[in-house]
Amino acid sequence: MTGDGIREIITISLVMVAALMCCAAGIGLFRFPDVLSRLHAATKPQILGLMCACGAVAVNSPRISTFLLFTAIIIFQGLTAPITAHMVARAAYRSNHLRRDLLIRDELETRVERIERGEESSKTPPES
Amino acid sequence: MSPETGRRISARSQIVLLSGLVILWCLVWGEVTVLNVLTGLVLAVVISLLFYLPAIDLSGRVNFWFVLVFFVRLLIDIARASLEVAWLVIDPRYKPSSAILAIPLDTRSDLIMMFTAEAISLVPGSIVVDVDRQESVLYVHVINVRSEKDLEDFRDEVFATEKRLVMAIGSHDDVWRVRQPNHLTRSHTGGTA
Repeated sequence: MTGDGIREIITISLVMVAALMCCAAGIGLFRFPDVLSRLHAATKPQILGLMCACGAVAVNSPRISTFLLFTAIIIFQGLTAPITAHMVARAAYRSNHLRRDLLIRDELETRVERIERGEESSKTPPES
Repeated sequence: MSPETGRRISARSQIVLLSGLVILWCLVWGEVTVLNVLTGLVLAVVISLLFYLPAIDLSGRVNFWFVLVFFVRLLIDIARASLEVAWLVIDPRYKPSSAILAIPLDTRSDLIMMFTAEAISLVPGSIVVDVDRQESVLYVHVINVRSEKDLEDFRDEVFATEKRLVMAIGSHDDVWRVRQPNHLTRSHTGGTA
């Protein structure tokens, strides 16, 4: 009995954390000023949210197959989310969808300028 | 590090990579059976023949203790930073202020550079905007930084992440390099071609 009660409480709190994280991601999309900062809100807190949601299900029904499946889910999400963020950030930077007045330092500027002036054929990988 | 892509890799790293694919396949099915392992094996071979990619250079050195340290630390970082960004979103006094930093890494391995970029992108608060592969430089967008000190702190954090990774799976060469005092190696990265 008590074991089940504790398990319920853990599940509930994990689901709550997951929901809060996804909520924060949604609000962040509106509140942050430019594409790059929005990406932070949109792609990151939900990783923790996803982990908590998976954890909640795993705690509620502990079976080996669920654990295995969740490991796969988290591995794939963990590998792909940063790449999505990177691709969008790269495109946003090159197409000037950012507020330069909010940056206190920008060490990429000179490099992009250099590439755009000359050696672009050798340095930039093909983009679609 | 040589940028050639068609280099042959050793049978051992080939086997490690193939079994990685097989394990993933079993994870997706949620169980380990003979049939799963066999179909996984066939698929892994077909995939690596059909979708030919540049060879992955495994260093052949794995320290499981440091692998564990790396993952535990990554989890802690994700949890801590997620809460920070979530709070930032709600905090009504938050004034946006961010920066893009060039961070020259010590490692000469594509794999470690990739994992470092993944790790710091997974941790909320930083996104890799661009990568200079020849010189191992990551360009990272950092959120909520206000002073020079914040920037230096962040840089140190990335170096620490890289160091943990190199200690876990890096080659002896890289381990030697990350153990040097910072100013010796970081003043002239690149130029190894």
